[in-house]
Order: sequence, then structure tokens, then C-alpha cells
Amino acid sequence: MQKNISLSINGNKISTTKSKTIVEAAEDNGIYIPTLCFLKGKLDHSNCRICTVKVDGYHKPACSTLVADNMDVITNSDELEELRKYIIELLFSTGNHICAVCQKSGDCELQALAYKYKLLFSRFEHLYPNKGIDTTSSDKIIMDKSRCILCQRCIQAIKDKDGNPFFVLQGRSNALEVVFDKEMNDIFTQEDAIEAVKQCPVGCILSKESAAFETPIGRRQFDKTEIGNKEV
Amino acid sequence: MKATIATTSLAGCFGCHMSILDIDERLLDLLDIVEFDKSPITDIKKFTRQIDIGLIEGGCCNSENIIVLKDFRKHCKILIAVGECAIMGGVPSMRNGIELDECINEAYISGPTVKLNTEKIIPNDPELPALLPRVYSCNEIVKIDYFLPGCPPRPDLIWEAITSLLEGRQIDPSYESLKFD
Repeated sequence: MQKNISLSINGNKISTTKSKTIVEAAEDNGIYIPTLCFLKGKLDHSNCRICTVKVDGYHKPACSTLVADNMDVITNSDELEELRKYIIELLFSTGNHICAVCQKSGDCELQALAYKYKLLFSRFEHLYPNKGIDTTSSDKIIMDKSRCILCQRCIQAIKDKDGNPFFVLQGRSNALEVVFDKEMNDIFTQEDAIEAVKQCPVGCILSKESAAFETPIGRRQFDKTEIGNKEV
Repeated sequence: MKATIATTSLAGCFGCHMSILDIDERLLDLLDIVEFDKSPITDIKKFTRQIDIGLIEGGCCNSENIIVLKDFRKHCKILIAVGECAIMGGVPSMRNGIELDECINEAYISGPTVKLNTEKIIPNDPELPALLPRVYSCNEIVKIDYFLPGCPPRPDLIWEAITSLLEGRQIDPSYESLKFD
């Protein structure tokens, strides 16, 4: 691979290729930048902004900013941690994230980020939305829409062979939501359903097939291992 | 002089109190340095003095919860919200997106498990505290000084919080003790 870009991340000089985003370049060099809406290989929409880093003194989303020569990137500082904590608190207070009754608990990326940044409570008022649970659109998945953080990973990742997404956005502004296109239910395979559950960073998309709460507490993905694969 | 602790359970399930007891043999160490005042553990019903640390389990779902919580704030130097219900409403707050009338009807009149209430009576004894339109977290009602998340919070987190406060150091929860479920 041709390495034609040289930049600095947290003071360390690294080399990478031109078409990469900061998140990808950092990952290649073993530097973790937290992400929620980021999907590898796709130029992201920067929906969640959890990956905000400082590029040459300016805040920029690392998932959609392409690397450039002589770029100076700071991925971690007290200011950035505080900003990320605010975003996590906002996401927790705008959805119904009651971990005790969520089967994604322990494998949830939003929860894992809250653990990483030692979130004790949200400084924002909880909205307790009631967006409903969609159990009928698909015979393979259910969607608890009050948990959706609108990351749109499912829209980008799960598509049929012609490239049409199974999940689509519906509504505008506060009523904006991700829905399953029920007209595509016939061609929505079990593999697609498993991938959708895997891609959802929270407990919004859940499988009808697999049993819930199968993995005991202590053996789930983030019970002992911090997100970003740092052993604790 | 020993420090004093008071505890209560509002709209909670007593799981957080179980977690307090789950500090196991450290309970004996705790009893060397603290004294429990008003608490379901001691069954003392009224405050007998000013309290150093108040532990609140559960949010506020009815009028009595609010009275008890305000009473705790008045009597406790430090008030700690223990568990998800106290912090953000938790499982009881799952009713927050639903109208109160609808909830009561489902529970006492039209729910699939309601078989014996043939006269369709909704509990209405004046002694019963009135249900609030939604479940409130404790910090929406009074000032809360510390938050210990978890459902229930891990015993290690409770131990770390109490001992840190008594020793005057900052609470520093370990990764494994800070969990939301």
C-alpha cells in the first residue's frame, strides 16, 4: 500500500494513504477513537459526533474527515472527554435506555462508552419518549424505536443485492425515525437480521429468533473489557 | 463518634438494599465506623438526629415518595442516589410515556391477568398515596450530591462510595464495579 500522507496524532508521526478518514488512520496505528455511527469503508454522515477530535485546533468529526498532509490531530484531552461525555448523556436522556431490561446490555456500544467515560448520571432532563415497538414489519426482527439513536448504521450496512436498504428514515425533525421497509420483508434473510442486530450499537434492533439474556453477566463483551479493547 | 447512615426505598424493588447487604463480611467493618439510623435495615421509622450520609433507592412515583425524599434532604448532610431508579427513574419510569389512566386501567381493569376484580374497583383508599403523572428521578425533586449507577449498583461500588466519603477521598469506581445493569 502506498503511504503518501504524513500526519501527527497525539504528537506521534504516522504515515497513511490519502483516502482514509482520521478514524481509520488512527485504528491502523493502534489509536482508538470512540465511534457510534461510523461504518468502516463508508464516508460517514457524522450523526453522533462522539468521534470529535481536534484537527489543527478545530473540532472535527474523525469519522468523516479525510487525512491530509501535516495534519495535527489530538484524539484525547480533558476538553474532548467532557464533550464526549455530554454527547453520551444527551443520547441517554433522549431515549429509553433502561439497561436492566435491555437484552443488548453488556454488548451495547453506547453503554460501553458510558462505562469508558465513567458516566454516573445525565445532566440533561430525561425525555422518556414513547415511539413504540415495531413487532409486525418484519418476521425476523423487532425494533424498540425509543432506543434508537439515529446512527443510521443499519441503513448503510444492510442492503439487498441491488443495493437498496432494508431500513429507511421516516419523518422529519423530532419525528425522524428509522423504520424497517416492510415491503422488503420477503427478501430480508436471517443473515441480514443477524447483521442488523450486530450493527445496531444500542438495543433498538433485536432478533425474534435468538433467545434473550443468554450470556451470563460477567461474560458479555464489555463486562470486563473496556471498549477500544483495553484490558482492565 | 461514629458516622450516621440512613437509607430508604422509594419507587424501587429493594434490590439496592440487597446490594448494600451484599458487601458481605465488610458489613462488620462498616458497623465499626457507622451507625444506621432511619432505615429498613434497622426498622427505625423516624429520624432521631442529623445524618451524615443518606442513601436513596428508587425514584418518586407517588406523593409519599416526595415527602420522604424531602425529609431525607432536610436531615442528611450528603444525599446519594443509589441505583438507576433513583438516578433516572429506572424500570418504574417505563410507564412515563403512557398516560396514568391507561396504566391504572391496564393494571386493575382490562389487563389480561386481571381475573378477580369483577367489580372493577380501582384502589381508592384515602390512606393510599396518590400516584404521580410520571415517575421522577430524585434529582428532579431535591439536590442530590452523588450518584451510584447500577441495577443494582455493585456492592464494591457502594463500599467504595461510603468508605471514600468517610475517609474524605474522591470516589474512584473501578471499571468492573461501574455497571448499569
